[in-house]
Amino acid sequence: MAKEIERAGILTVHICTIVPISKTVGANRIIPASAIPYPLGDPSKSREEERALRRKMVEKAFNAIKTKIDGQKVF
Amino acid sequence: MERKYRVVHYLNQFFGRIGGEDKAGTGPLGREGAVGPGLLFQEFFGHDAEVVGTVICGDNYFNEHPQEAKDKLLEFIKGYGPDILLAGPAFNAGRYGIACGAICSHVSDQLGITSVTGMFSENAGVELYRKSAYIIETKASLTGMKDASGKMVTLAMKLARGERLISPEEEGYIPKGVRMNYSADKKGAARAVDMLLKKLKGEPFTTEYCMPVFDRVEVLPPIDNLSEITLALITSGGIVPRGNPDHIEASSAKRYGKYDIQGVDQLRPDEYETAHGGYDPTYANEDPHRVLPLDVIREMEQEGVIDRLYPYYYATVGNGTSVANAKEFAQKIVKDLIRDGVQAVIISST
Amino acid sequence: MTLELGRILIEEVKWGRKTLIKKRSLYIDRDELIKKAQGGDTRITSITAEIARPGESTRIIPVKDVIEPRVKVEGRGGIFPGFISGVETVGSGRTHVLQGCSVVTVGQVVGFQEGMIDMNGPGAEYTSFSKLLNIALIIDVANNVSKHEHEELLRLAGLRAAAYLGEAGRDVKPGRVDRFEFKRPSSINEGSKDLPRIAYLYMLLSQGLLHDSYLYGQNVKNVLPTLLLPTEVMDGAVVSGNCVSACDKNTTYHHQNNPIIEELLMRDGVDLNFVGIIVSNTNITLRDKQRSSDYAVKLVELLGADGVVISKEGFGNPDADVMMNCAKIEEKGIATVMVTDEFAGIDGGSQSLADSTPHANAVISVGNANELISLPPMDKVIGDERIIEKLAGGMSGSLSVEGGITAELQVIMGATNELGFETLSSREV
Repeated sequence: MAKEIERAGILTVHICTIVPISKTVGANRIIPASAIPYPLGDPSKSREEERALRRKMVEKAFNAIKTKIDGQKVF
Repeated sequence: MERKYRVVHYLNQFFGRIGGEDKAGTGPLGREGAVGPGLLFQEFFGHDAEVVGTVICGDNYFNEHPQEAKDKLLEFIKGYGPDILLAGPAFNAGRYGIACGAICSHVSDQLGITSVTGMFSENAGVELYRKSAYIIETKASLTGMKDASGKMVTLAMKLARGERLISPEEEGYIPKGVRMNYSADKKGAARAVDMLLKKLKGEPFTTEYCMPVFDRVEVLPPIDNLSEITLALITSGGIVPRGNPDHIEASSAKRYGKYDIQGVDQLRPDEYETAHGGYDPTYANEDPHRVLPLDVIREMEQEGVIDRLYPYYYATVGNGTSVANAKEFAQKIVKDLIRDGVQAVIISST
Repeated sequence: MTLELGRILIEEVKWGRKTLIKKRSLYIDRDELIKKAQGGDTRITSITAEIARPGESTRIIPVKDVIEPRVKVEGRGGIFPGFISGVETVGSGRTHVLQGCSVVTVGQVVGFQEGMIDMNGPGAEYTSFSKLLNIALIIDVANNVSKHEHEELLRLAGLRAAAYLGEAGRDVKPGRVDRFEFKRPSSINEGSKDLPRIAYLYMLLSQGLLHDSYLYGQNVKNVLPTLLLPTEVMDGAVVSGNCVSACDKNTTYHHQNNPIIEELLMRDGVDLNFVGIIVSNTNITLRDKQRSSDYAVKLVELLGADGVVISKEGFGNPDADVMMNCAKIEEKGIATVMVTDEFAGIDGGSQSLADSTPHANAVISVGNANELISLPPMDKVIGDERIIEKLAGGMSGSLSVEGGITAELQVIMGATNELGFETLSSREV
């Protein structure tokens, strides 16, 4: 999906847990996530810590949008 | 008695007896009855079918004006009211192969009738049309005419009668790239051990599934002025309004949802849930932000990090969902996004 | 280590006053079965028991697990160690099997994942479970029970029922006794020394609710890859806690009758040397996947294997685990073959797997789970067939007014089992 949207000219960042799959399938800007049932969270942490973790990941995604890459890159 | 099937045959200028390379620019035309190789087809068909007409087009004309050629030929073909279209065989002639493949897939698509062609495995038409047309594998040259004709006729009759095909090897056609289930002669476990021992001994074996090759898409340049962009959110983690109003399937999704989030700052667990059937839903149902980070994105929108979050988010279930479906969803979604001036997308996957 | 498996063929199952086996018929005291299955757990509010025989116009849905009744007659430990018995190492001595029947647990949908079994018609062609005499237990639990507890209650009830029925075979003389002997890799005979050394990498799904597997009662998500004797599974050392999606999740029955293990044992000393089993998991984080994969590959090397059969469970993210395992093993110069199903779309035209590696050049396909199937209405439904639209592989409109079902093959229990339990395969046409 990431690939098709990027193909249409809209920059796409893929936040996903299983980075190897994203790489195989062909996303270009990849942000590693926590775990399959909670990619942007961590139930073992407090809600505040969890939100901070999520914010960090989203910031990383924004940073990826601003970064020039030459090929697939895992941030 | 079974009625006689009606067959139309497509030929290029050479096999259609118009002329050689100098006549390759000839436009589409129709002839009553069988011409050239069509006579051989008629022999193979016997009383089962009759070659009622032949359509001919020059190779250069077809390749230079493909749309016009296809449209005109389709009109001629329709006029004969056929059940079957045969094309070629084209052997290793590239332009002829492309024309045969194109007309077969066009006619099957438009008229819903059986169409069969024949080509050498390295003909350029094979890669282009093997997925949309039945192509009997032939020798590179004319010497394979009789063999190819026999196979084309047998396959065409089977298809027209709706008979079950045994396998591409058995029928002699080039596999169409479609996976189909069948019952093997042994359990998978026994086949696995057999294959491993063959592999270890260096004996030939055939893998039952060749690893797919995924294509790549060109990297897009970065966006510097983040604070001026509209950003959209998509998730394959199945976050949907409670009750899953679009009935997105838990696995192998055939749908995606588009949900209005104007004025929504929080995905409350009593309003959103996951429809994904491939992971433990407990955590996403407790807090949907663990899959779709709307809360922090809204926060950052308010801080001015981005100009605006797109007023809708899209969701589907990436669980056994075919690549073809995912691609189709993306193509539809992208239309909205381009129309509404979205510059960047974040996709979250589980 | 030697295990004798005494197979008691069961050709009929009937309700009776006492649970016993007489002339290849299993008579079951229905009330006692229900009581034993409930095991005094008050969170289980009701259990009803039904028999579904091959050829009957019966549909069982939603199915959680399928379990073969067995009893440990001689040797250490008991059946289903860690759940029903203690945790002593099993796999030696003698075990009796009630072959031809099974316990099928049925209940309200916990997730999206449960499956179905048809006892006749086209659906019955796809799974061996349609050929068994199935004792179905429809289990309801209290409203305040959490989803994880719900799953656990049904899992335990099924195991208790299978162990209870297995007891009926304790003193019955089996019709056939199979002797499975597993030699220490170091004691391989002179004569078979030149045969290739084959190991088995047994990947189990371990991802939470309805996605877990258990080894001696321990959830394998918390276990580093470890070694297992081939006969241990026959005593129920591996238990299923999952049924998502129905087609390619290993039920407890599949584990008890793991066909890869049986095949390797049968051919041990004939055309290969079976050097051992590595049990591995399929976890939810990339770090866990990488750690388990590295560990499993290390064990493969320690066993001195020349070749490895890899079986997968599930699809999607487990494709990443299996490709990682395959590539790392092949890079060590050890040959692999992997068993996988395919998700190639309803039309079969899509890529079948979520991940790939060029090292995976020997693959056994056990079928495209997306294939659309049409199943006629059945006279009797055990459970609730309206559930079909919610199952993985079902869709809105799956159930017709007459009770016919149109859904993907993945709704059928074990249809594309990745231990290679069935003959189904897929090819390019």
